[in-house]
Amino acid sequence: MRYTAPSTTAEAVNLLASNPDGARILAGGTDLLVQLRAGIIAPELLIDIKHINGLRDIVAEDGGLRIGAAVSGAELGEHEAARALWPGVVEAAELIGSTQVQGRCTIVGNLCNASPAADSVPAMVAAGAIARVIGPNGSRDCAVGEIPVAPGRNSLAPGEFITSILLPARVEHASDAYLRFIPRTEMDIAVCSAGVSLKLDKSGICVAARVALGAVAPTVLLVEEAADALIGTTLDEAALADLANACAQASAPIDDKRGTVEFRTEVVGVLAKRAALIAKARALGETS
Amino acid sequence: MSKIHVTTTINNDPAEFLCEAEDTLLDVLRDTLRLSGAKEGCGSGDCGACSVTLDGRLVCACLVLAAEVEGAKIDTIEGMSDGENLHILQKKFLEHAALQCGICTPGILVASKALLKKNPDPTESEVRLWLAGNLCRCTGYDKIINAVMDAAAEMRGLE
Repeated sequence: MRYTAPSTTAEAVNLLASNPDGARILAGGTDLLVQLRAGIIAPELLIDIKHINGLRDIVAEDGGLRIGAAVSGAELGEHEAARALWPGVVEAAELIGSTQVQGRCTIVGNLCNASPAADSVPAMVAAGAIARVIGPNGSRDCAVGEIPVAPGRNSLAPGEFITSILLPARVEHASDAYLRFIPRTEMDIAVCSAGVSLKLDKSGICVAARVALGAVAPTVLLVEEAADALIGTTLDEAALADLANACAQASAPIDDKRGTVEFRTEVVGVLAKRAALIAKARALGETS
Repeated sequence: MSKIHVTTTINNDPAEFLCEAEDTLLDVLRDTLRLSGAKEGCGSGDCGACSVTLDGRLVCACLVLAAEVEGAKIDTIEGMSDGENLHILQKKFLEHAALQCGICTPGILVASKALLKKNPDPTESEVRLWLAGNLCRCTGYDKIINAVMDAAAEMRGLE
């Protein structure tokens, strides 16, 4: 295996394109190094993207924030503007691994690793985040939800990698939240999870919503029926019951050591309800 | 294939070494530089026994490639005491008997020092959350948490 740390995206694209089967991108390495050690992957070349200009930066863009692919969870968590703009995305990213893992892990890595239980992904999908993909044919923008296609598999073409994530601008009276269920209090893999982003009008009625679920299907689910259950309501009990119902209907989880189908199907609705109420309180400025 | 030459700073001293692309920072610290304070527990970032700081950021040395630390600043448990004078955290761990077999202790001390630098006055919950990635199979954690809280208080000059 060889290691290289290019200083430009063009160089990285060339390296990746000229080693189509044998090269892997290294950012935080918290999944990559584990897979290397376990012998799951055996690349010929590692391309460390942390020295590429701008990839460790968080910059304002059109009222939103562009998060570089090499920004760590800890750096994102310490970014006041990110916390204020998309608190649900930041709280989800901060749930990835331990303090030590937070020092290295990235939301782009979390996304590309394509685990159904990835914490930052439902929150990013609810936020309508956009991934910027670069490859031999130039760069393109892609909805975050289109990146994972199956457990452990993503939609990136050979030679492509993600350079940044755009968290869009946020209008007034809008916010987001993310919750997951784990059997312990910290540092575990989500049994199921829910991200909710919503916008209220001046009277507190929900006028737009996005609800994304994690670990209840092979990939993250964006559930339109769940969003419809919230829109036009004040998130009263009936609306929340409809939301939970829509989440349960959309879920197609597996039984495994972490949870049963029945448990995941029921709990994911409870999480969505609670996340919706947190997002609402944040949108009203009642809590941060 | 030729080895990779890396120049870095470890515990404020300049250091350089040769490594293979697949060598982790932990491999080099322990086997090349003979700094064996950081321990290998799981080798997959779950146990925290290999905790070090990399440019001030707490990381697992088993999840960092040695080649990545070119130009970086690394601090390990070996740099914690001032010669024979133990760091307050080290003294408090002895005072509170916050260790038994000792394998997890270097990692927990490094992690605790990083916490108190960022947050000199943590709550017990904050200490427990911060140290959730440092596993200890002996103590049951209470003594560790008490030692860190006590050290934090002393470092704030309240005692």
